[in-house]
Amino acid sequence: MLKRTFGFGIAVLLVLAMLSGCGQKEAKEIRIGVFEPMTGSSAAGGQMTWEGIQLANELYPEVLGKKVVLYLEDNKTDKNEAANAVTRLIEQKKVVAIIGSYGSGLSMAAGPIVMKNKIPTVGCSPTNPLVTVDNPYYFRVCFIDPFQGKVMAKYAYNDLNARTAVIIRDVQDPYAVGLAQYFKEAFIALTGKTDSILAELEYNTGDQDFTAQLNTAAGKKPDVIFAPGAYGDAAIMIRQARQMKINCPFLGGDTWEAPEFIQIGGEAVEGAALSTHYSAQAPGTEAAKTFVEAYRKKYNKEPNAFAALGFDAYCLILDAINRAGKAEPQAIRDAIAATKNFKGVTGTITLDENGDANKSAVILQVKDGKFVYLTTVEPD
Amino acid sequence: MSTRGDKGIIRIIVVAVVLALLLAWAEGDLAFIGIGPWDAYFVRILNLAAINAVLALSLNLVNGFTGQFSLGHAGFMAVGAYTTSLLVMTPQMKKTVFFMEPMFEPLDRICIPFLPALLIGGAVSCVFGVLVGIPALRLKGDYLAIATLGFAEIIRLVLQNVRRLTNGALGLKGIPHVVNLWWTFGVGIAVFLFFRGFVRSSFGRALIAIRENETAAELMGIDIFRHKLLAFAISSFVTGVGGGLMASLLTTIDPVMFKLPTTFQILLTVVLGGMGSLSGSVIAAFIVTFMTEFLRVVEEPIHLGVWSIQGIPGLRMVIFSALLVIVVVFYPRGLLGNKELTWENLSSPVSRLFRRRVAS
Amino acid sequence: MTWSLFWSNLANAVSLGSLYSLVAIGYTMVYGILRLVNFAHADLLMVAAYAAFYGVLVFRLPFAISVLLAIVLTAGVGVLIERRAYRPLRDSPRITAMISAIGVSFLLENLGLVLFTGRPKSFPVPGFLGASTDIAGIRVTNITFVIVFVTAILLLLLLYVIHKTKTGIAMRALARDFDTARLMGVDVDSVISLTFAIGSALAAVGGIMWALKFPQINPLMGMMPGLKCFIAAVFGGIGNVVGAVIGGFLLGVAEIMLVAFLPSVSGYRDAFAFIILIATLLFRPTGLLGEKIGEKV
Repeated sequence: MLKRTFGFGIAVLLVLAMLSGCGQKEAKEIRIGVFEPMTGSSAAGGQMTWEGIQLANELYPEVLGKKVVLYLEDNKTDKNEAANAVTRLIEQKKVVAIIGSYGSGLSMAAGPIVMKNKIPTVGCSPTNPLVTVDNPYYFRVCFIDPFQGKVMAKYAYNDLNARTAVIIRDVQDPYAVGLAQYFKEAFIALTGKTDSILAELEYNTGDQDFTAQLNTAAGKKPDVIFAPGAYGDAAIMIRQARQMKINCPFLGGDTWEAPEFIQIGGEAVEGAALSTHYSAQAPGTEAAKTFVEAYRKKYNKEPNAFAALGFDAYCLILDAINRAGKAEPQAIRDAIAATKNFKGVTGTITLDENGDANKSAVILQVKDGKFVYLTTVEPD
Repeated sequence: MSTRGDKGIIRIIVVAVVLALLLAWAEGDLAFIGIGPWDAYFVRILNLAAINAVLALSLNLVNGFTGQFSLGHAGFMAVGAYTTSLLVMTPQMKKTVFFMEPMFEPLDRICIPFLPALLIGGAVSCVFGVLVGIPALRLKGDYLAIATLGFAEIIRLVLQNVRRLTNGALGLKGIPHVVNLWWTFGVGIAVFLFFRGFVRSSFGRALIAIRENETAAELMGIDIFRHKLLAFAISSFVTGVGGGLMASLLTTIDPVMFKLPTTFQILLTVVLGGMGSLSGSVIAAFIVTFMTEFLRVVEEPIHLGVWSIQGIPGLRMVIFSALLVIVVVFYPRGLLGNKELTWENLSSPVSRLFRRRVAS
Repeated sequence: MTWSLFWSNLANAVSLGSLYSLVAIGYTMVYGILRLVNFAHADLLMVAAYAAFYGVLVFRLPFAISVLLAIVLTAGVGVLIERRAYRPLRDSPRITAMISAIGVSFLLENLGLVLFTGRPKSFPVPGFLGASTDIAGIRVTNITFVIVFVTAILLLLLLYVIHKTKTGIAMRALARDFDTARLMGVDVDSVISLTFAIGSALAAVGGIMWALKFPQINPLMGMMPGLKCFIAAVFGGIGNVVGAVIGGFLLGVAEIMLVAFLPSVSGYRDAFAFIILIATLLFRPTGLLGEKIGEKV
């Protein structure tokens, strides 16, 4: 019996597959591919980004009078799958541009493929500098780690008068490792002392007990603790610190900017400061207001940086298609490369010669259970 | 007898020529006579399937033929992939990639061709296999499985922490893309033929004897430990080569690639094909690789005339893992059990099917 | 290191260790009877945490009731997994059941990612549990007391069931010699179902305690605790309930002290746990308290 059901299930799948294959042939549409981790260990990031991209597609469904159709491929947080997904988008879906992916490693797996096929690709949140190096077809709408590290180091040095710091990072997370390194370099440059970073402590993805690291950090009596990493881990770390009566200020990066950071951290994260891509409260971002309102309406929750970056990546490509006047990969690439002062949700984006977004960062602080805008830091 | 032997040789030649023509066509090597290359997406999956077949074969040698259940595959893959990559990357690229902490001298200046690098990758992986095997192979059954799992995780954690050698979590990029169908299928066929000869040799029979009854095998005078260790070493070598091919296909690697789920996926492939069947492993590797890709359609919006069903991202993996559980529970022997696919039994199920039709 | 820092570390170590103990008991029970490394056990932590989460936040149930329901539900899922995925394989080699467990674990995680999304969610913690108390100048979180207390109660309860009830005797008989127990008239199926129900309920308690101590939940939250607690169970002597508790405590203490005394190798903390695992398997495969298991020929 079961065998028969099983067989029947497969038959249904096959039929559905064929039918879905027939349905796709629609003329006069512009196809944009998306590859994001919808499953696997980075599923959270991919799903958040996808929400933003879908929202953008709903608000701006057309360009050059043609419908824009999104094709999503899951990359399973796996490099092989990322490479397959991108190849599939290019070969089977015939997309003219690609958005993705959360996770610099996944983006790097796609890099050589999009370059070979000359399909412009815009990353939403891969902040590792290596992603766009030597690749004229890879761009991104986020700033890169060296800038973000510098921003936080300056904030710690100038605004908090910090002269010593401890770093706690997830050794498995390229984002955290990279950002921590740039913070360290910038902070040492500011203080002029190589020993101003008192300790660099590490944990692994999945660890939830940071008490030993925190006790060690507290023993060094630093002015600030810099702990870039996933928002959930960071919130739990700060909670544990406050429970242990460690009152040192915590600083982090853009991954912290999610409503769950405050929900999980509760009162403990009050006063924690982070650098991120945008704030609805920052002056002069009309796009951000539209985005925040539409996001709240569609998903009934507060937006986060990844959704905003997904939104921007989509809009940037649409803007480039508009400027190019045609939906051809090469023309779109050239138009994207020439992007100047694009008004996105996450700020005004100008792409430099590497294809990296040269744009401002904002610093937020948690106050009364909300992210409060502190200041905007312009790029050098 | 002689006619049978001749037939066998002719068969092999025919198969080899057909396969070579297909590969040449797929890779675009026949473009000069107007036959273009295949869809790059399809070629990529073929490459991946062949690499997965290599990995499944090597796991099967230990888990299926020798009956020693190892879960350390990802660790050896990592060793092979990192060794190969670090040897073939250009010094220029190494400088770009190791931007956080410079690389160890003199490795940062070494750059050798792919083939020797791949073999050295296998050899280093083999050394690790022996180092792990000497203590671990004294254990049996699930204890061995857990110990090898632990070793693999330790290897990965070391790769993650020794930044001056591996660039840590940031991983490597810019590994030359040398691999094509000739490489992957070439290595795959070589490994398959070697393993087939190996398991038929007296050494291979001894391994099977160990699997079937270790005490009896020992009583017959088989040096159990030496046999297990050799099987483990060969398996690690091939796994390392598979890892090296994977690195070149992807051009970028990082430690997270080699976590436990990677081992599990290969293990499930071996189980699907049948523990103790080489051809089963190869077939299962192709089925699994193609099916994960094929199942992507369930995540896409489906248009049935007027209806439109929103795609559910992630559904593919649910279906895939559910199918695997069903296979393991209802067909624990896998596709082929411990039999091999041969010309003779290839034709028999077909004829049996027809016979049954007639009978009913 | 000052003494006050040491005591503070020790308090945290005990807190972490007691949590490891709680989850390790469930592993050890299933292994003791079926000799099955139940990889899916780790994912039951996740199932329980999400069940309690939805009970409180979506169905608006009082905290205690949703916790109870979550435990019952998880026990049911555990029994279902045993019946569908392990029972058909009972006469196959032990390794086959382990492969099935790996498959089930895969399935639960992927199902979780589709149903709950991968985004970590905030687990509701009743106010008093989030606070901490001063004991002789050392701060201990209130949840620690609860975890230690719950672990102790469950351990005593379990010891009572195993040693004083008829079912418990049947369980031990199965653990010692499966076939003989069957011949002696032990109802194998129902005893194993009960074992899974108890083991899964323990996983549920462990998962909810985990979520209370570390209040972020995601579909992959069980993976790391699962491995760690399994290591604790092996370390203590797999199959032995008291051993699992001791193993859990020692692993917690060892992990924290490693980072406390050697902060520069904090990145190797997980590797350290695996080294404990391998050393145990090689030098004392029966663990600290385990009985010698004769290899059947």
